[in-house]
Amino acid sequence: MFSRRAFRLLSPLLLALPACASSSTSAPPSSPAQAEAPPPDVPFPWEARPSTAAGIETPAAASPPVLIRNATLWLATGKTIPRGSILLRDGKIAQVAEGDITPPEGARVIDAAGKFVTPGIIDTHSHLGVYPMPDTVAHSDGNEASSPVTPDVQTVDGFWPQDPAIERAVAGGVTTLQILPGSANLIGGRAVTLKLRPALSPRQMHFPGAPDGLKMACGENPKRTYGNGRHAAPGTRMGNLAMQRKAFLDAKKHEDDWQRHRITEANRIREDQKKRAAYEAEVETRKKQQAQCQDDPYFPSCAEWQKDWDKPLDPPKPSDPGAAPPRDPAKETLIGAMRGSVLVHIHCYRADDMLAMLSLADEVGFQVRSFHHALEAYKIRDILVKKNVSISTWADWWGFKMEAYDGIPENIALLQESGALPIVHTDSPEGIQRMNQEASKALASGRRAGMTLTDEDAIRWLTYNPAWALGIEKRVGTLEVGKDADVVLWDRHPFSVYASAEEVWIDGATVHQKGKKRPPWSDFELGQDTGRPTTLLPGGAP
Amino acid sequence: MTNPRNTFVSSLFVLTTVLATTGAFAQPRPAQAPAPAAAKSAEPAAAAPMAIVGGRVHTGTGEILEDATILVEKGLVQKIGKGLAVPPGVTTIDAKGAIVTPGFVDALTSIGLVEISLEDSTHDDDRGGKDPIRAAFRAADGYNPASTVVGITRAEGVTSAAVVPLGGVFSGQSAWADLDGDTRESALAQGPLALHVHLDGSSLGGDRGGPAAALLRAREVFDDARTFQKNRAAWERNQSRPFAASRLDLEAVGDALAGRVPVVFHVERASDILAAVALAKEFGLRPVIAGGAEAWKIAPRLAESKTPVIVNPLEPGPTSFHTLGMRDDNAALLYAAGVPVVITTADTHNARKLRQVAGNAVRAGLPHAAAIAAITRAPAEALGLGAKYGTLAPGKVANLVVWSGDPLEIASRPLAVVIRGKKVDLANRQSALFTRYRKLPIAR
Repeated sequence: MFSRRAFRLLSPLLLALPACASSSTSAPPSSPAQAEAPPPDVPFPWEARPSTAAGIETPAAASPPVLIRNATLWLATGKTIPRGSILLRDGKIAQVAEGDITPPEGARVIDAAGKFVTPGIIDTHSHLGVYPMPDTVAHSDGNEASSPVTPDVQTVDGFWPQDPAIERAVAGGVTTLQILPGSANLIGGRAVTLKLRPALSPRQMHFPGAPDGLKMACGENPKRTYGNGRHAAPGTRMGNLAMQRKAFLDAKKHEDDWQRHRITEANRIREDQKKRAAYEAEVETRKKQQAQCQDDPYFPSCAEWQKDWDKPLDPPKPSDPGAAPPRDPAKETLIGAMRGSVLVHIHCYRADDMLAMLSLADEVGFQVRSFHHALEAYKIRDILVKKNVSISTWADWWGFKMEAYDGIPENIALLQESGALPIVHTDSPEGIQRMNQEASKALASGRRAGMTLTDEDAIRWLTYNPAWALGIEKRVGTLEVGKDADVVLWDRHPFSVYASAEEVWIDGATVHQKGKKRPPWSDFELGQDTGRPTTLLPGGAP
Repeated sequence: MTNPRNTFVSSLFVLTTVLATTGAFAQPRPAQAPAPAAAKSAEPAAAAPMAIVGGRVHTGTGEILEDATILVEKGLVQKIGKGLAVPPGVTTIDAKGAIVTPGFVDALTSIGLVEISLEDSTHDDDRGGKDPIRAAFRAADGYNPASTVVGITRAEGVTSAAVVPLGGVFSGQSAWADLDGDTRESALAQGPLALHVHLDGSSLGGDRGGPAAALLRAREVFDDARTFQKNRAAWERNQSRPFAASRLDLEAVGDALAGRVPVVFHVERASDILAAVALAKEFGLRPVIAGGAEAWKIAPRLAESKTPVIVNPLEPGPTSFHTLGMRDDNAALLYAAGVPVVITTADTHNARKLRQVAGNAVRAGLPHAAAIAAITRAPAEALGLGAKYGTLAPGKVANLVVWSGDPLEIASRPLAVVIRGKKVDLANRQSALFTRYRKLPIAR
């Protein structure tokens, strides 16, 4: 059923693309009314995300209402409803109630006694699709490591929607991902945010209205890739900063050139308009005079006026437009980051590296939305709170490289306690299958260290906080009426190691049912003995 | 990002450091350093008698004793049972309301051999060089008992680890480390634990060639080692044909041929696992399969030969063309078929995740008791140390953990960790960092 839907999705997509393209490029420059060149803040056609265009069918349209009753609802607003009901209808959360809800006609009713409902999990840091399974040379599409500064590349152009890992992430309760470029580059390119439904193109998976991310990296990876690997720049942390600074300053110059061009053009057009207005006023004046003199040929001024009428009166020639600076997708991506229309995500481990990035951000003028990995965030959590930067990190990874040596399992708990915005991310096709356990570990570590933390705090590390980091918190991240029906039903307390996502909905449509046998999403797995679990053995949990 | 998983099952860290290698066991052994003492070091005189009182004890055999007392002396379990009298003056650990298990064992780690994965200068797990035959290389010679990984790992209830060399087709011999002790002698239970052979195709380094090429090299070396053992005198008189491996390598392989140590075959694909089992039969080896992503497909065959399989239950899917059949109920299916199942993290820095990993096997259908056994008794038995480790019974090394609750559940935590009869400190470098940064700004 999914593949057929995907085919139906395809045709409006193809229609939508040229429509977007025409909005910014169709005006002939010589026409005075349209002489103003498109400024860089007009999106490129390639920036348009077709899912935002009208007429794209969503799976929700075909799904009947779903009522889940008697469940523990973790709203991720800070509130838990111990025995409540939630209604999903038309792709949205239609109702959330303590106690019961009367099922609407045609609704599927699920009795979820002893079970838990949470918002769908959101991973701010994934390379699914750009480093897909199986790991082959040909599948390496996540690092444009041909140059350390590539803001113009975007993961939506590299994402393979047939990655078998996608369906497995959904089975873990994940509904939304940010697909980032890798960290080989200082500025790795644009990240795209996707909803995990089966599709033939990432363009059909785009989270409607989600802004793009910009991936940057500091520390070891860029200097290892270029310096150690190729004797090219950057070879040091000094080089990292210098090249990042230069990229932003170049982008600013580009923006200044455009600003100057816009002012010059505006002045020129204003001058032309003045001349045109003077001409039109003169034409009007002569018309009035001629009418007057026709009515009354002996009107005293007519002789005087007549002299002017003989003077030639030609319409003013429009001036030539100035040459516009060239468009530059790379620089304009960075301008977007400085304006806040593209959200900045920085791979950074050490406290000093993060502080260096915050200095750069202040210096050139951008806001860091989230530091990723950030194993030493606990050392500077007071500053991160002040700067309103979220922290995307693991529960317990450490030691895999020098800058990961000081990772501690209480990182997330300390951030939470300080009022920062911690996020559990994975950066891993394995970890993404059990993000609930990762949050659980971070929670357990904090409690073991004597901190007062609640389940309500911890569920936000997987839902609301990442939604904020991706700029989609008004659409998803909590169980609130009107939000997208991206919802997970867990078979037991979600922070138990034995818990599984029993059912997962995206936009109100079922995308996963535990133990249900059905064909794989990925074409890759068809006709191969890949051992997809068909039925689970009876669980052995005590 | 590096993927900490698969370190032992597919990737190959190449070290340029060439380390001195020594042979083992075979006579004569003029160039050989003595293997770290095993039996002696497991009975440290320093450990005072101790009693763990009142816990719900999982003995590791599948048996659960309620309200039991464990008496520990000279580093060993002396007695275990209900209502045992605790001699006066013996240190007691109150385990009332708590759960006691044997110390957990991770069968596939680089603990003590690798401090930081991406820093070659901190590695001592690979003989290096181009020759893929490194059978004589001993992890015991590289083990650093002062590694920060040791204290961080045991704080989560892992008391022992097989520390395993990497690189080449024959990567060398692993060692059994108890995660306490200041010296190799006081930490390592035994010198050569197992011989490690990589048949997964990545083992030939830069050379082209997959599992078939690795298998060819393996067969050649086993055959040469057999000939070498039989005609030792001729070799000493320089009246022998050339061999495909050095003398020390052939001696190390000889230990496996004689059945003194098991051979751990690192291999994933079902057909390659069967090839490894056949090779083991051909040469009379004691095979153990490590990785074994597709082992479930041939579970009855493995059960028939009682071949243990070391698996990581966090199986993310078809990660390579050698692991297309990877599935998360591998351990459950193997167990149901009667295969001895060992659970590993195949990790070093996060070998502490072992209980979470075992919990996931339970989630995928493995019975809870079998999961506990898979990280206690099963690894000890698979690696030939079942007589000393893996269960709580009189005479066994007193490695045990007192847990606040179900040890596989994330919210539980170790209340006490005992290694060789000594209650060990759970503080480590990470807890020191936490303490320093508990309040900001820090004082120092």
